[in-house]
Amino acid sequence: MELIRMEQITKIYPGTIALDHVDFSLNEQEIVSLLGENGAGKTTLMKILYGMTAPTSGSIFFKGEPLKLKKPADAIEKGICMVHQHFMLVPAFTVTENIILGNEPGTGAFLSMKEARHKVERLIQQFHFNLDPDAKIEKLSVGEQQRVEILKVLYRKAEVIILDEPTAVLTPHEVNDLFAILQALREEGKTIIIITHKLKETKALADRVVVLRDGKLIQSDINPKKVTTQQLSEMMVGRQVNLSKRQPAANIGNICLCLKDLVVKEGGKERIKGISFEIHHGEILGIAGIEGNGQTQLIEALTGMCVPKRMELTVEDQAVKGDCKDFLEAGIGHIPEDRLSLGLVKEMTVKDNLILGYHRKKEFCSKGGFRLEKKILDRGNRLKQQFAIKAPNIGAAASSLSGGNQQKIIIARVFSQNPNVIIIAHPTRGVDIGAMEYIHQVMLNLRDQGAAILLISADLDEVRTLSDRLLVLYEGKIVSESLPGELSEVEMGLLMTGGHTMIEEGSHG
Amino acid sequence: MGDDAKSAKSVEWRKSMTTSFFALLFSLIIGMILIQASGYSAIESYKAIFGVSLGTVKGFALSLSQATPIMFTGISFALAYKVRMINTGAEGQLYAGAMTAALIGAYVTGIPGIIHVPLALFCAFIVGGVIAGLVALAKIRFNANEIIMTLMLNDIIKFFTSYLANGPLKDAQSGIGQTIRIQESAQLTKLIPQTQLTSAIFLVILIAIILQLMLNKTVFGYEIKVTGFNLKAAKVAGISVARTYLITFALSGAVAALGGAVVALGVNYRFVDGFSSGYGFSGISVAALAAYSPVGAILSAFLVGVLRAGTITLNRTTRIPVEFVDVIQVLVIIFVAAPALIHSILRWLKAFRIHRRSKELGGAERC
Repeated sequence: MELIRMEQITKIYPGTIALDHVDFSLNEQEIVSLLGENGAGKTTLMKILYGMTAPTSGSIFFKGEPLKLKKPADAIEKGICMVHQHFMLVPAFTVTENIILGNEPGTGAFLSMKEARHKVERLIQQFHFNLDPDAKIEKLSVGEQQRVEILKVLYRKAEVIILDEPTAVLTPHEVNDLFAILQALREEGKTIIIITHKLKETKALADRVVVLRDGKLIQSDINPKKVTTQQLSEMMVGRQVNLSKRQPAANIGNICLCLKDLVVKEGGKERIKGISFEIHHGEILGIAGIEGNGQTQLIEALTGMCVPKRMELTVEDQAVKGDCKDFLEAGIGHIPEDRLSLGLVKEMTVKDNLILGYHRKKEFCSKGGFRLEKKILDRGNRLKQQFAIKAPNIGAAASSLSGGNQQKIIIARVFSQNPNVIIIAHPTRGVDIGAMEYIHQVMLNLRDQGAAILLISADLDEVRTLSDRLLVLYEGKIVSESLPGELSEVEMGLLMTGGHTMIEEGSHG
Repeated sequence: MGDDAKSAKSVEWRKSMTTSFFALLFSLIIGMILIQASGYSAIESYKAIFGVSLGTVKGFALSLSQATPIMFTGISFALAYKVRMINTGAEGQLYAGAMTAALIGAYVTGIPGIIHVPLALFCAFIVGGVIAGLVALAKIRFNANEIIMTLMLNDIIKFFTSYLANGPLKDAQSGIGQTIRIQESAQLTKLIPQTQLTSAIFLVILIAIILQLMLNKTVFGYEIKVTGFNLKAAKVAGISVARTYLITFALSGAVAALGGAVVALGVNYRFVDGFSSGYGFSGISVAALAAYSPVGAILSAFLVGVLRAGTITLNRTTRIPVEFVDVIQVLVIIFVAAPALIHSILRWLKAFRIHRRSKELGGAERC
């Protein structure tokens, strides 16, 4: 039975049409996957349904009745709830406290904690969530935190649950758990929408797939059982794509970077507990692992952002130490994990961002300390063309570009300097398929020209396809080294969650 | 390059211009209401203020000379703000600069003006730079808060210079707290006789232009901007944040000290206890109104100077208090600090206009 119908929804932002006459409908008890690239309008459509933004034109019907949504509270009243990509939880509060926040049981000004805890416990049992209602949020894993978010909406009597990119932060194992929960919720009579751009997951979970592209509805009744991921990605991008094709390294050369015995202490805890590895010329070394297992500290140590407790690092047999400046000068390029806070100055122009970190080089700076505008400008235009950065011009503010193009600025900046070593963290996070394809290709090209690349990514598919050698990082230690294809996705997932201890114990016994 | 350099900067520029313009407009309107409420004719007063300040040579000179110290403090605040440091210590730096210049001017003798004036200015510059530089060092080394430090230093410096002017360095022939008169050779040249307008105005414009060029054309200016916009990215890019903080903040203090020096060398010809009438504070509103651009600060300071000069002259004939200018300045800060407030007022006005027009149209159709 039809539950919600959105008709001819149009949303115009100054300068862009986010949604162009989109129809969307939702039946009871189904899981719908809303598929599209970044900027296709899927989040905007759902924000309209959740009452966060008003459509420019179009109407919404709930069980046949016209529905006016002015604020999220109106949607929640109808049982339409949203689980955001970034969790909105209070770390120092318990599970129960977080769930009741904003909707506390009790009389008058007094809070009845007992009643609250009882309600939450009942919900956990009803849906088999396997959570401790008294656990502090900060002690929970990301997957568990997400379950708390889902419980939060169930507590508010959600009938329709919208999940924005729910699997972006989860490990393969946690993704399976989440899917089991979502399927159980459907059996309980709930309707679920997941916003995603991951094709495999869409195929595994959804009853129906809706594809959006550039704010337009492409198709709304796709049966995921009857299409291939290739077909789905073509609908999403609008052309043929070549992803996930391995291109093994042709000529791996001498050792370029050699790291010995890295120990990083942070906040009184050892985050990296003695790591050593080498990267050869013409090789991509991939580091897989769940975020928070020392990746950040490893990147910081290798780029001079932090001073490790112990480290012996050589690049081309030259010892490297000091601050970021020394590491840059030693030829270590750095594509940071968080481009907006670490890699870009979003208020500044594209051309100025293209020299960041290299601005004191002779190419851009005269002896008297003046900027060589002409050269900066020429280089900006050249790189814009060479790296296909989509911007109105290189004088535009970096903030006006899409995530993929912002990432291309950073990549263009570092790659054009021909560094010996490149540390790349999550190069395609939040980047659309077109840009992802492109970024992977330039990485492979640079590798084939002899660069040594360290790739750190939370996207298991990405590290598995690109790397020539794979390490798994778990709790600050390297727990496995393998060649691509040697380990299955499931085995990798197990290693990433500490499964190696079991394997080791088994083999010793 | 015209087309290329356009978008980012021009969009940003237009936005801050709109904010500044309406901040000023709204402040002047509220000022009118206040004048009217105090029992004077607002229109007449404004006419008189601007008529005197812009319409007569003496008034214009007074506007400029009133604006001069504020230009220095405005530039000072704007520069520190480029690295997102708040220099609330312009008042103290101003007093330190004035005392230094007055002492060099009075006690160094027998050198020609062409050396004496620059020497006095240079010493004031250094003293201001050292004071602010120490604050920056405390921030870099101990993560001290520069706002609180400079605010506290204001009182320390003010009272210390007051002690000097009333105690060991007091002019024995004078009844009030001031140092002895500076040498002829240390006096700044008057541009128009019988006014307080001196060559200091050229100095401050030159400083503004030099700083603007530094920000836009040099690699160090680039580093200042990166540090101000995104501190983490600056560190990742290998920029020495400590060095950028230190140099920028020291320059900011040095410029504020020059503001005090030109008052001592060009207006009072000595250090007078308590000579500043809130120049340091005015600098904040002037910088904010100029969207933290050094050259812009010259213009916005001139505007404040016009209001000051107008009310000072008016004060002799009518009874509008000079504090009226302070009210306007505070209103400007409030509006500039809350751009969203301005934009919501503008939206509200627009909606009101459309509403009224549609009403008129509707009425016409019915006829």
